[in-house]
Amino acid sequence: MRKFLTLALTLSAALTATATAAPVTLTYWQYDYASKVDTMNKLIAKFEAQNPDIKIRQETFPYDAYNQKVASSVPAGQGPDVVNLFYGWLPQYVDSGYLQPLPKADFPVKQIENSFVPMVQTSKIGGQYYALPTSVRTLALFYNKDLLKAAGVLTPPRTWEDFIAAAQKVVKGAPPRFTTLGFGIQPDGQDYHVVREVLVRQFGGSPYSKDGKQVTYDSDAGVKAMNFYTDLYTKYKLGTPNFFPGNNSYRDAFIAGKVGMIIDGSFAVGTIQKGAKFGWGVVPLPVFKGNGVRSNFGSYWVNGITRNAKGEKLAAAVKFLKFLTSEDTQRTWLQAVGEIPASKKLANDPGLRRDPVYGPFVYALPFAHSTLFVDEAGQRKAWVDAINSVILQGGSPANAVKRAAADEQKILNGYYK
Amino acid sequence: MATTSDLRGRRAPARSSSRPSSLRRHQIRTAYTFLLVPLLFFLVVRFIPTLTALRLSLFDWNILKEQQPFVGVENYRALLGDEKFGQALKNTALYTLIGVPAQLALGLGIALLLGRIRALQGLYRALYFAPYVTPIVAAAWVWQWVFSPQFGPVNTFLMWLHLPPQAFLTSPGQALPTTAALVVWQNLGFQVVLFLAGLAAIPRVYYEAAEIDGASPTQAFWKITWPLLNPTLVFSVVTGTIAYLQLFTQVVNLNFTDQGGPLGSTMTVALYIYQLAFGRYQMGYASAITVVLFVIILLITLLQLRFLTRRYDV
Repeated sequence: MRKFLTLALTLSAALTATATAAPVTLTYWQYDYASKVDTMNKLIAKFEAQNPDIKIRQETFPYDAYNQKVASSVPAGQGPDVVNLFYGWLPQYVDSGYLQPLPKADFPVKQIENSFVPMVQTSKIGGQYYALPTSVRTLALFYNKDLLKAAGVLTPPRTWEDFIAAAQKVVKGAPPRFTTLGFGIQPDGQDYHVVREVLVRQFGGSPYSKDGKQVTYDSDAGVKAMNFYTDLYTKYKLGTPNFFPGNNSYRDAFIAGKVGMIIDGSFAVGTIQKGAKFGWGVVPLPVFKGNGVRSNFGSYWVNGITRNAKGEKLAAAVKFLKFLTSEDTQRTWLQAVGEIPASKKLANDPGLRRDPVYGPFVYALPFAHSTLFVDEAGQRKAWVDAINSVILQGGSPANAVKRAAADEQKILNGYYK
Repeated sequence: MATTSDLRGRRAPARSSSRPSSLRRHQIRTAYTFLLVPLLFFLVVRFIPTLTALRLSLFDWNILKEQQPFVGVENYRALLGDEKFGQALKNTALYTLIGVPAQLALGLGIALLLGRIRALQGLYRALYFAPYVTPIVAAAWVWQWVFSPQFGPVNTFLMWLHLPPQAFLTSPGQALPTTAALVVWQNLGFQVVLFLAGLAAIPRVYYEAAEIDGASPTQAFWKITWPLLNPTLVFSVVTGTIAYLQLFTQVVNLNFTDQGGPLGSTMTVALYIYQLAFGRYQMGYASAITVVLFVIILLITLLQLRFLTRRYDV
């Protein structure tokens, strides 16, 4: 009898459980990057344990095809409920109605701006937030301690003047045959960001109007920035683009120990850590002796909720997004993936700021600017072509800036028409 | 085509009778039925997308936009003022003008030489054919190293000869010929095989007769080999031209971070279409270029077939 009773009880309990809480299943998309996928699987397991009524299904795609995959799921009305996007793609996805604004009750604008680092404000479109990051990335200077020491440079440069002097001591060979580079110059690497978001600002200009609709680097500061950057190649002969064949020329050459310094993002730390067989270090991007203005380029990947998530799914997606952007998750992400936290509080953590590798990236967070791209590929091409017209064809920096500005403004006009 | 009519000719000896026999009718019906299956496949994967592209080219079709407004010939009008398209078109023409004659001359030359050797002929053929079966991406990778201004063996060689090192793929002036050289090198094996087959099809008796008549090897080449090789030449030129007009993979992989660069100097029409469609989602505009490229290829092919194909008597 007791046996029967327990059986009946468990049975009815099971029945009511399934009746009241059929689990909601959410689909989450991100691009395929081993440490990110593994970490996300662990985070999903943790989230599901906390929320037994929600199931998350993670789907990943190769990086090169990711944006295409997301874009082609839009018109078909298919795809994920929660999606990982590059912040620069946001205007297109907001414009297409693919993302829904984050519910204001759950994500108040004030609270977001108080708790996240300033560059996150780039993803505020029309006064509303559509997505939030777990982590962010900034740029810093990687240097080869052994090469610098051998050349007699004992402290890594803090100013651009020292940077040039150090690089000149390291560089071996001359164009077009270098054997060692002082600086791994690569316009289509991170360098075009450096010219646009770092140098233009350090020369007292600003690259875009506040609303991002107007190009404003066609200015004295813009010309000075272009001049300074292209001089590294034409005047100081610190190095050459595409020194190594391949897709990540400057980084591969640095890892091979053939380059004194490169400018790269925090996302490169893992690769360099794994590959470099010499002493290397990271310092913040240099400043100019005269003014000391600091600037950096920040970028990040965000998680947004697509229009597919409605009703129960939306409520679950909100919970999942809160979990993904929580400080706990950010800490896990830093330890497992190596991307720096997007939270102001964590970024001010003294331990993190003193970290020899991540410190310089975290240091840059308060003055890191990010640019909203309406056509990432097209806008990059405008800059890369402008820089190349100076270093490969001997054009004037002033004309190059004018040309980049005209090309990019045309793209912006086409989008904001 | 020739083989089908041959078969039909052989299998249907009753040419005198005006009505086909029932067996023959049956055979025809079977042939149509079997032809229909691949035709349906072709319709679905070739013709329908082609017609869709034609339709899309009349719209401002951006896959990230909610509205895809009809714009008529606006995309085509925009093409006229598009400098980058102009450059891509010019580059594509240059690739064709460099590549097709080069691979034809080299392919024929090597095939003629291979025809003369006896020992190790198979090995030589295999070696020439190897690049053709090498994956393009791998070949492009090797090419980047071989022509690296810093470390490349080509520059090392030039320096031995006391010649100045060259920038090759990193120079806007040299990147296109260097890319074309990669394509020629890769296609060479195929061209050689093609010409070997073409040469083998020429009956030896003509050469024997020429020898008896006292013709020099040069005369024999121009009077016998060249005219009798015409079908092979036409095939090589027509398919080669089409391949160069659609050039894409090599260009993409030789400069992955600045595709078609530096400064657009290696950009091809096909790559430009790809970038517009799948990088910037301007499907309508990209479709308009597809249509233009299609028309160009069609016209050139028709002209080539018209002027290159010759009737010849020996």
